[in-house]
Amino acid sequence: MPDTLEDLEIRLLLEAMFQRYHFDFRHYARASIKRRLIQARDQMGYPTLTALQDAVLHDPSMVPRLLGYLTVQVSEMFRDPTYFKALRETVLPHLRTYPSLKVWIAGCSTGEEVYSLAILFREEGLYERTLFYATDINPDALRAAQAGVYTLDRLRKFTENHQKSGGRSSLSDYYTAGYGRAVFDRSLTSRVVFSDHSLVSDAVFAEMHLISCRNVMIYFDRVLQDRAIGLFKDSLPRGGFLGLGSRESLRFSTHAADFSEFVPEQKLYRRLGS
Amino acid sequence: MTATAKRAVVIGASAGAVQALLTILPTLPADYPVPVLIAVHVPPDRVNGLVPLLRASCALAVVEAEDKETVRPGTIYFAPPDYHLLVEREGGLALSSDEAVNYSRPSIDVLFESAADAYGDGLVGVILTGANNDGAAGLKTIMDSGGEAFVERPSEAYASTMPEAALKACPGATVMSLLEIARCLREIQAT
Repeated sequence: MPDTLEDLEIRLLLEAMFQRYHFDFRHYARASIKRRLIQARDQMGYPTLTALQDAVLHDPSMVPRLLGYLTVQVSEMFRDPTYFKALRETVLPHLRTYPSLKVWIAGCSTGEEVYSLAILFREEGLYERTLFYATDINPDALRAAQAGVYTLDRLRKFTENHQKSGGRSSLSDYYTAGYGRAVFDRSLTSRVVFSDHSLVSDAVFAEMHLISCRNVMIYFDRVLQDRAIGLFKDSLPRGGFLGLGSRESLRFSTHAADFSEFVPEQKLYRRLGS
Repeated sequence: MTATAKRAVVIGASAGAVQALLTILPTLPADYPVPVLIAVHVPPDRVNGLVPLLRASCALAVVEAEDKETVRPGTIYFAPPDYHLLVEREGGLALSSDEAVNYSRPSIDVLFESAADAYGDGLVGVILTGANNDGAAGLKTIMDSGGEAFVERPSEAYASTMPEAALKACPGATVMSLLEIARCLREIQAT
């Protein structure tokens, strides 16, 4: 298919976001980004993507709004309970042998997975010796993650998932409910560093024992996926663990040979020695 | 059915999908010349039972779509539960965890609209039985891009809401029984 005018506008808008604000979506999977940009254009009330680009270039306060569309992710706590069950039963016994631990939640969005892992580590007695890094490119999402406030209507699903993941406690032990919202306990983030970090442009920043990056790389094209997996590879020592989303894999990556499949059906990988 | 050569078939179905797909897909030959991409509404937690069921009764390969895999002819791809399935213009598949569309993830509209973008007039879109409006907007995009649209005859469908909504959005779509849709799909030739 030849490129349409809209495709050209998308390329220009992404280039503008990069050149002007250093947010680089140029290697995001195009079909999704197109859908999101068209949604942004329509809901923000611009006739064309070019008009949206004009507004964003000349008014920096538009950037967070557009970022909201480009990075919006819908997650839940303990999404795919079998993943967390596998972490609990097969990965944590290995991690337990280390005196101190570092865990990276890459692309943490609004924090659902951060709280899930914090609760899991607390239940397994590993929280106090672990430092968690929760990173995202969207400052608003990071603020929401740090706040740990979720609408109560989501808690039923979160609780159900937590139980299915083999939870040893009650999820309600970790939040206070009021005014239609659940506020998660501050002590769950006492050992979490929330930070701005881009898998597109930033570098390795620490050596990790476990990296969990779920349903983030499905938004990347193959080139960018490979960069991100390279970062994970370089952040993991031999024997370090990498967990991906249930429909993601290392199959198409040039780094595939640097990992072994640890729990293949839960997309848990382990770094091989280099 | 016009004689235009095709590049892909997309199918959307919801309530009653199993029987409808079992009527159509097993009749397609093993050397089917184009890929078939399908979005069916299934509960998010559920393993897609449709895939093994159809694998046992189809001559074509039946798989759950994987992110970034290259689309191959003669293969039936299902959107995995709890993910949208999209087609990239370069011929790869992409999944997304974006919010539900029409209360659905996977959404038929998301698949159809991205496929229309990727395949243009080489696309055939099929709307089968279902109890909501998902797919109507996507089928219209397919027709607007020059593709063909087939809709299961609402009076014969297990649930008529979805085919009715599709016809309302696309009055020019061809209305057929499941067996007629199967026959038209068998007549498709690749570009």
